[in-house]
Amino acid sequence: MTSHEKLSMAQALNRALRDAMTEDPTVVVFGEDVGPLGGVFRVTDGLTADFGEDRCFDTPLAESGIVGVAVGMAMNGLRPVVEMQFDAFAYPAFEQIVSHVAKMRNRTRGRVALPMVIRIPYAGGIGGVEHHCDSSEAYYAHTPGLHVVTPSTPGDAYALLRESIAAPDPVVFLEPKKLYWSKEEVVLGWTTPAIGRAVVRREGTAATIIAYGPSVPAALEAAEVADREGRSLQVVDVRSIVPFDDETVCAAVRSTGRAVVVAEAAGFAGVASEIVARVTERCFHSLAAPIRRVTGFDIPYPPPKLEHLHLPGVDRILDAVDDLQWADS
Amino acid sequence: MPSLGPNRANWTIGPGTTPVEIHFLGSVPIVESEWQRYKHVFMTGDADHLLPSDLPVTLLGPDGHPVADAGHALPAEAALTTALAGLITARRLNDQAYALVRQGRLAVYPSSHGQEACQVAAAQVLADGDWLFPTYRDTVAVVGRGVDPVEALTLLKGDWHCGWDPYEHRVAPHATPLATQLPHAVGVAHAARLRGEPTVVMALCGDGGTSEGDFHEALNFAAVLRAPVVFLIQNNEYAISVPLARQTAAPSLAHKGIGYGIPGARVDGNDVAALLAVLGAAVTKARAGEGPQLVEAHTYRMQAHTNADDATRYRAAADVEAWVARDPITRLTAHLALPPDELADLHEQAERVAEHVRDGLNRDVEPVPADLFAHVYAAPTPQLREQAAQLADELDREGALR
Repeated sequence: MTSHEKLSMAQALNRALRDAMTEDPTVVVFGEDVGPLGGVFRVTDGLTADFGEDRCFDTPLAESGIVGVAVGMAMNGLRPVVEMQFDAFAYPAFEQIVSHVAKMRNRTRGRVALPMVIRIPYAGGIGGVEHHCDSSEAYYAHTPGLHVVTPSTPGDAYALLRESIAAPDPVVFLEPKKLYWSKEEVVLGWTTPAIGRAVVRREGTAATIIAYGPSVPAALEAAEVADREGRSLQVVDVRSIVPFDDETVCAAVRSTGRAVVVAEAAGFAGVASEIVARVTERCFHSLAAPIRRVTGFDIPYPPPKLEHLHLPGVDRILDAVDDLQWADS
Repeated sequence: MPSLGPNRANWTIGPGTTPVEIHFLGSVPIVESEWQRYKHVFMTGDADHLLPSDLPVTLLGPDGHPVADAGHALPAEAALTTALAGLITARRLNDQAYALVRQGRLAVYPSSHGQEACQVAAAQVLADGDWLFPTYRDTVAVVGRGVDPVEALTLLKGDWHCGWDPYEHRVAPHATPLATQLPHAVGVAHAARLRGEPTVVMALCGDGGTSEGDFHEALNFAAVLRAPVVFLIQNNEYAISVPLARQTAAPSLAHKGIGYGIPGARVDGNDVAALLAVLGAAVTKARAGEGPQLVEAHTYRMQAHTNADDATRYRAAADVEAWVARDPITRLTAHLALPPDELADLHEQAERVAEHVRDGLNRDVEPVPADLFAHVYAAPTPQLREQAAQLADELDREGALR
């Protein structure tokens, strides 16, 4: 049974947590300010009131402790969903994530699974001050044993979070904070798997723009502008960085023969670079031009008044598209 | 209820508040410090009951004679006899493993020679449903919980990482990154409490580990959650080469509990009778809902950090020699004074364990290449399937060449 509701991404995530907690009594939510306050982005709004303090609770302010305690709870029959308040504040938990969350199944030959979700609001575009806008996906994506997903729509936010909570493996769930307030009609059922599946957001024939999370709206806008200028661009939303959907992405690129990868994170040694490498290795003979990257600069995240210069925008994406050797084709 | 002000809105004043006393000196009112009025808010716990004893609890002196202690009775003789069997086996296991490194059967072995009383007692005070979270130096505690010693040494033999099923005996994998296992212990204990299970978790760490952030975070979480965890610090005076004085300026490691609201206790780490009493009491309190407990056992690492270490570079032979007289086995053997044939039986049991370890470690297990990809995720990703196929193909071609 499915229903529809117009929800913001933050509300969709809240509904996903509620529905998961209702269906599965082993789901527990904890972190900093997730209790009565409902989280600084209100994603956990009302959960303590409705499910009680045993199911949704505030913890001491210590991210390694939060993730480490979640490991133990997952070892002992629960499904923790923990919130890191901001991307850069998750770094104290890095050792727990890399050395234990990611490796426990492997260390124990599959005997100890850690079904847990680490929710991290990430990336910029909200005028946040330093340490509040990092795109940290590459650190997690580079760590075998983790799934890393990032929604770009409220509907995907709901479906991906439901699937992540139900998953038998740990999931790093990256929430583009500038999209928390974006709204759409959300299907409140959870039927089509999204982990490991990219999705074509817009059909097009001339070139493919590959994006994820916070960069998808810019990619779609670029396609809209290009369409008015007579060039048809296809947009692929990666959604699931790990596992990566080579099949969908490569099929898309083969259909157009040109591609641009867009990501907010610094380009060097980043996820965008990995995507370029993967697609090039698999689709070389289908390509009419080298794949271009449009990423953040290789700089620490800039102060609010300069961030617009850093973030991949429509013009920079279209410049890259213009650069795909059209004259030679 | 009145509140303390806009920034302290949640610190409401409960019943039992002493009214502010105002005295007059001539015409000038002398008002009691405002802090005094709100003392019960700022002093929410009784610091005194958290304090450890000045000296470690000892129930058996180095010569085996009982030592009177106001707080703890000597454990029953049956428990001490069980402990002696455990100690003798533990010592044999430590020394056997050490020898197997020299023979090339183990990559390395962090021995707990001299610390066996801590490990035997930590395992012995637990009930079947309880959990143990060991460090890499706690192999004999792992075995004390029932894990096959060959499986307990898999990590160091190199066949895989954790060799045992953690759920079978409720023993977590050896933790190598220091103190990182402590938050896990808290999580297991908290989950057990939420599920209504009477589980207690014994979480082990060393003196060096107490400097790690995860030690602090785990104790703080445990105290706030009132999680049934007994934290046992084996203070063996050295973190590889760094002595305790360079690790902490605290009065003792057990004093660290005060900062978290956790009662601390100090115990002679080479006196298994005292350890059984102190750890047993801590487990009982944790199980009764009194929250986490912190125990510091004063012991000594008699051998180098591992076989790869050279302890002569940082400590004198005389320092080590001083601890020989405090050996945990010598004193318990002297105290129990078992008939020679019974004592011989215990050594015989230990010898059988050593033989089992030798047989197990001398048996070469052919590693399965496909295992590299089998347990990264519940189901391998498409990328891992590709890489597994690539490796299988490489191995096939290599085999064809032979």
